[in-house]
Amino acid sequence: MDIAAGVSGSLAAIGYGLAAIGPGIGVGLIFASYIQSTARQPESSRMTLPFVWIGFAVVEALALFGIAFGFIWATGS
Amino acid sequence: MIGQAVALQSDVPFPPEVGDFYLPSIVPWGGLDSLWFTKITALVWVSTALILVFFLLAYRKPKMVPGKAQWMAESAYGFVRNNIGVEMLGAERGVRFAPYLATLLLFIVFNNMWSIVPIAQISPNSHIAFPAFLALISYVLFNYAGIKKFGFRKYMRNSLIPPAPWFVLPILIPIEFFSTFLVRPFSLAVRLFANMFAGHMLLLVFTLGGFAMLQANPALAPFSVLSWLMTIALTLLELLVIFLQAYVFTVLTASYIQGAVAEEH
Repeated sequence: MDIAAGVSGSLAAIGYGLAAIGPGIGVGLIFASYIQSTARQPESSRMTLPFVWIGFAVVEALALFGIAFGFIWATGS
Repeated sequence: MIGQAVALQSDVPFPPEVGDFYLPSIVPWGGLDSLWFTKITALVWVSTALILVFFLLAYRKPKMVPGKAQWMAESAYGFVRNNIGVEMLGAERGVRFAPYLATLLLFIVFNNMWSIVPIAQISPNSHIAFPAFLALISYVLFNYAGIKKFGFRKYMRNSLIPPAPWFVLPILIPIEFFSTFLVRPFSLAVRLFANMFAGHMLLLVFTLGGFAMLQANPALAPFSVLSWLMTIALTLLELLVIFLQAYVFTVLTASYIQGAVAEEH
């Protein structure tokens, strides 16, 4: 069977692009919520900041797994 | 480094690879295949020595009105103790865990810092071994803290069985186990590693990309300059990432300890 269309080049790069969508949205939501809550109640900004960073780190981890696995499986079939 | 830069101009290995992280041995008397002492090892030793010497000197003669060095040491430790330890773990426990948290933060900051220091230019944390071991220490620590407080049985029950209706427990218990005991140390290690790895990779792409474009066609020189300006901008971004990741690692460790010793979910 002939292959009508194919992709050449680095599929890992495309995969990482797809993997970054979710964490991108997630990180955006976290900081949007933080800015909103600080605008509504400025005195709460110090209290919520550690949670912002924890949430940011947890969400961002997925994008970073994408980077690491992109290299690990770059040569895989 | 200068030798490397000269080699770059003659033949640019453009897409940087994982192999660029495996540095050659720098022992003058050893063969190149004896990889026990590379730049990475040297940088870890230097950063450990810097931390030790700085804090020993700063606290040799503590004064009521601190001098410059003592002030820096006190504010570094005070930041971790007050803003991370006490804030997340409570007054008593926060002070008890502050030495570990401060050591962790400083060790990560000093090691990350090598990624943008000229000549060094690579962080030891861009090798998975160092973040993995730090994550292992934190993993053992928060489990130990929980087991010491509740005993093994009650600690497991606290961390594995959330207050939920009985019929969702068959799904929840494996998920809780997976997230608490498997994903936590793994993500802690990979987060720091991947940040440092990706940072080094980005700097390599833009630096080498400039050389590669210049080599492909001299008319592309303006874009090479743009690429090198990007490198400078990304170096500043790295500076942010260095402190952010050290802070995040420490805060997550503190939050895991807090989760392990919390009375109720």
